[in-house]
Amino acid sequence: MAQSVIKVVDVKKSFGAVKALKGVSLEIAPGEIHCLAGENGCGKSTLIKIISGVHAPDSGHIEFGDKIYTKISPIEAIMNGVQVIYQDFSIFPNLTVMENIVFNSELKDRRKLVNWKRFRRIAEQAVDRIGFKVDLNARVGDLPVADKQLVAICRALMFNAKLIIMDEPTTALTKKEVNALFKIIMSLKEQGIAILFVSHKLNEVFEISERFTILRNGEKIITGNTSELDDKKFTYYMTGREFEDLRFKPKNVSDEPLLEVENLGLTGYFHDVSFSLKRGEILGITGLLGSGRTELALSLFGISPADQGKIRIKGQEVVIDSVASAMKHNIGYVPEDRLSEGLFLPQSIADNIVISELENISSKSGVIDKKKRRSEIEKWVKELGVATNNPNNACNTLSGGNQQKVVLAKWLSRNLDILILNGPTVGVDIGAKHDIHAILQNLAHEGLGIIIISDDLPEILQNSSKIIIMKNGTVVAELNPEEIVENQLSEYMMGGNE
Amino acid sequence: MNENKMSIRRKLNDFYGRDVYTSRLIIMLLVVLISMLILKPAKFFSFINFQTMVAQFPEFGLMSLGIMLCMITGGIDLSVVGVANLVSISSGIILKALVAADGSLPWYGILVSMICGIVIGLVAGVLNGILVAKFSIPPILATLGSYELFLGIGIILTKGKAISKLPMEYSSVIAGKLFGIIPVQLIIFVIMAGIISFLLSRTTYGTRIYMLGTNMKAAEFSGLDTTGLLIKTYALSGICSALGGLVMLANYNSARADYGAVYTLQCILIVVLGGVNPNGGKGRISGVVFSILVLQMLSSGLNMFPQISNFYKSLIWGCVLLIAMTLNYFSENRNRNN
Repeated sequence: MAQSVIKVVDVKKSFGAVKALKGVSLEIAPGEIHCLAGENGCGKSTLIKIISGVHAPDSGHIEFGDKIYTKISPIEAIMNGVQVIYQDFSIFPNLTVMENIVFNSELKDRRKLVNWKRFRRIAEQAVDRIGFKVDLNARVGDLPVADKQLVAICRALMFNAKLIIMDEPTTALTKKEVNALFKIIMSLKEQGIAILFVSHKLNEVFEISERFTILRNGEKIITGNTSELDDKKFTYYMTGREFEDLRFKPKNVSDEPLLEVENLGLTGYFHDVSFSLKRGEILGITGLLGSGRTELALSLFGISPADQGKIRIKGQEVVIDSVASAMKHNIGYVPEDRLSEGLFLPQSIADNIVISELENISSKSGVIDKKKRRSEIEKWVKELGVATNNPNNACNTLSGGNQQKVVLAKWLSRNLDILILNGPTVGVDIGAKHDIHAILQNLAHEGLGIIIISDDLPEILQNSSKIIIMKNGTVVAELNPEEIVENQLSEYMMGGNE
Repeated sequence: MNENKMSIRRKLNDFYGRDVYTSRLIIMLLVVLISMLILKPAKFFSFINFQTMVAQFPEFGLMSLGIMLCMITGGIDLSVVGVANLVSISSGIILKALVAADGSLPWYGILVSMICGIVIGLVAGVLNGILVAKFSIPPILATLGSYELFLGIGIILTKGKAISKLPMEYSSVIAGKLFGIIPVQLIIFVIMAGIISFLLSRTTYGTRIYMLGTNMKAAEFSGLDTTGLLIKTYALSGICSALGGLVMLANYNSARADYGAVYTLQCILIVVLGGVNPNGGKGRISGVVFSILVLQMLSSGLNMFPQISNFYKSLIWGCVLLIAMTLNYFSENRNRNN
């Protein structure tokens, strides 16, 4: 191997009593695409922060060529060619593309005066380097997520970068945008720039990286070539557990449909959507971002009521024009964005669980029955396996998977008939993801009608008894998951014109 | 023995850590009390002084309770003083109208004027609530606007002058003492504080407004009736202000559209000092009550030093508040680092 861009040797780091890194080493060669994987809390972020100089390691050192640092400052990291692109991109949304790209290098050169010509020249060079076509005068806040990311990449390239660290760069991207990003990564590789790609999405790791490192509980579990890796091993290295993929087999399906939707539409978002759902079934809905899948869910839950078509529940035609009316028909909704729509993060786990069923645990005049409240909370914490020793702790002390269980508990405590989940396992660890899938499948067996909306195709295939695919605001296919594979699904989603 | 000491220390530490705001206010209260014990023991620690203090704070204390409720939902009520004055003016007018030809007030006079006052406060609060909840006007603007409106109505009703020569019966009852000892103003405050405390800690309404204040969007997605909750909250705030106004009417035995103008800011500061988060979702009534007590004692204490002119009072006030908020910043940082 040629001389490495960076060599991290036996780095240890503790925060108080928590050992975040217990002696991790990592070496990356020029032009190498290296994937760093691991579950939440495994030490990935700490490692990145040590490399970029945000945290100082307790012991161990970092080598750049023949320079050895036991501790590195952010400036030194940048001078050695390290650039980090964080999940939120750290861009200025109110400034233009050009200003964003040029900003840091202007600061570095300690320029006091603005020269728009120079700005434009530098920015043009930067976008050309990755073949990024964009209006340099556009406000970055108005750009789509994928373009924001490219702006951040352009800015990173300004500093003679040798190693670009990308922290979960594909989280908010569609499949198509991910492909475009991967092309750019490949072209950076050809320019000799190494990429440290942080991800826990298996298929991406396989597609893009040559080598990988997996961390678990602050320890390096393995470094190796991606070609020697497979699904099972990957999951095992990440979690230390082996999982059987539980494919959903509906039993106890009712004869009568529970929910029937006929030519449902909301002007400007979706139209002519029809399907039916029986008790015991799980309906998977998938489609690209903007295909109308989220709006459909919001209409069924009364947030943005549909203006065309009919909804029938248990054979009766109903009007769902508010959340209250959806709840009256025993519909629950686990939203797409858990943090902003699903949870009251600083409030207690307990209150987050009971908030939607307060009327069931209080007297008519609204006085809460403390006993009922406590038993209800204990019941759901236990039933869904929320990992907490004290439900009075704030909800933001929980991991993503456990937070999602709290959102589930909030709805399940209401004796639902229909549960709609939008992205049920976004940002959730593999272990918790399996738990949540098992919970959903059990609920279906117990007679709940479930709708899962997700762009995680393996998830849809594994957990649905019926799949509908949406594109440009309407249903383009209804499929049986037994008869298709993942690739066919994505072909339907992209469909013909691409 | 030593072990015993340790455990007491740990318990104190635990207590301090559990509710930093209240604990800090208790410490501030002790500091004020001890300094007064050293400097003016005889004058400060007299029965009459305490009786005066507890009769003084309810007027702004009641308004602070209203602001606290709104702040828990993530809003604010800047119209409290406007509502209070409007209520005291209207009740004053009603009282005068009820006076019989021989100059005496019929037995139901006080009750009728108070009920009318409370209803006016309720209507004013509902108006605020509708502006905030239905028309999504930011609370700070909605209530500032309605403050001007209430002030304007008050000025028109009084033609800018004070309403005085009220029947003495009202003042002697509301500003009187129960059994000759307990000021009636204090009783009104304690009842209202008790009701709000119960609402916040024991009822679905309380849980809901804390959650609503934490995350409005999640509240909608959880099926809470956000509009109804906000209107109820501002209506409650209106009732608190109305009671404040009724107490003012008794204390001054007159009403004017511009009484108590300094109370708006003072009440906000009391509420923030009491540990209510201006962003919503957090705050306890015990903190606000202690905060009211600290400020009342501080201001009564300062009044006992003729050499400290009123000019210095604002300066000392300001310092106390800034110190408290700076401490909040540090304790919150400590929490985050833990």
